Amino acid sequence: MRMLSTYLIGLIFGVGISISGMANPAKVLNFFDFAGTWDPSLIFVMGGALIVTFIGYRFVLKRSAPFFGGHFILPSRNDLDAQLIGGSALFGIGWGIAGFCPGGALPALGTAKPEVFIFIAALLAGIYAAKFIQTTLANRTIGATQ
Amino acid sequence: METTFTPYASLGGGVLIGLASVMLMATLGRIFGATGIVAGLLQPSSSSDWSWRALLLLGMISGPLAVMAITGEMPAVQVPISTTMLVIGGFIVGIGVTLGSGCTSGHGVCGMARLSTRSITATTTFMIFTAITVYVIRHVIGA
Repeated sequence: MRMLSTYLIGLIFGVGISISGMANPAKVLNFFDFAGTWDPSLIFVMGGALIVTFIGYRFVLKRSAPFFGGHFILPSRNDLDAQLIGGSALFGIGWGIAGFCPGGALPALGTAKPEVFIFIAALLAGIYAAKFIQTTLANRTIGATQ
Repeated sequence: METTFTPYASLGGGVLIGLASVMLMATLGRIFGATGIVAGLLQPSSSSDWSWRALLLLGMISGPLAVMAITGEMPAVQVPISTTMLVIGGFIVGIGVTLGSGCTSGHGVCGMARLSTRSITATTTFMIFTAITVYVIRHVIGA
């Protein structure tokens, strides 16, 4: 039941991404190309997703626990740091170059287009590289304080 | 490359993305973040932690196939850039979402819906940098 439900939630997300245009780099890049071939469609994606999530979360988070047990796992940090802002700036640059974001590219794997596999491979390499840098920096900080 | 303005399909798609985010929170108590799903698959802390992410990913990948089954057409994936740029872009996205702890789904939808200061800051930052990057590539360098 729990497994089927999780699969179906992924499927709903994947269908949503597919029909919204978020899996199509040409459409994503045109959304940001105000000075050229502008396509405002993505405002509707963000708007629709945000309104539903904003209202839905209000009801869901009033409950004491998730349906399948455990507890709600929500980020609790409120501070703004250089990693958050620098990382988001880098993500923006990469998104502006490639036109794929992770949420758009993962469902796009289902189209079996070679470009999607190339992007995902590069994405994974970037994630590994960043994790390696984070671990190295963390170890160095621990070493310096000892 | 011109693309057609699709307000209804995009709104419908957005509503489904929102529904999936709400349902994941309602059932498993989790934020629907594509970055977290991929990162968690790479470095799971337990096998139960791995399985829900794998199922979610399997569902996501089935999305285009379901659309194909219903409409008879695979969703369009048009990549108007070279393979080299795709690799460079993908690598930078990977570093960025890891350091920034999220992307369009985690920060842009779930975090913004919770009115999280970090997510609002992250989303504003990446939207501005994406627009600048597209402007520079298309209108300054003229690629």
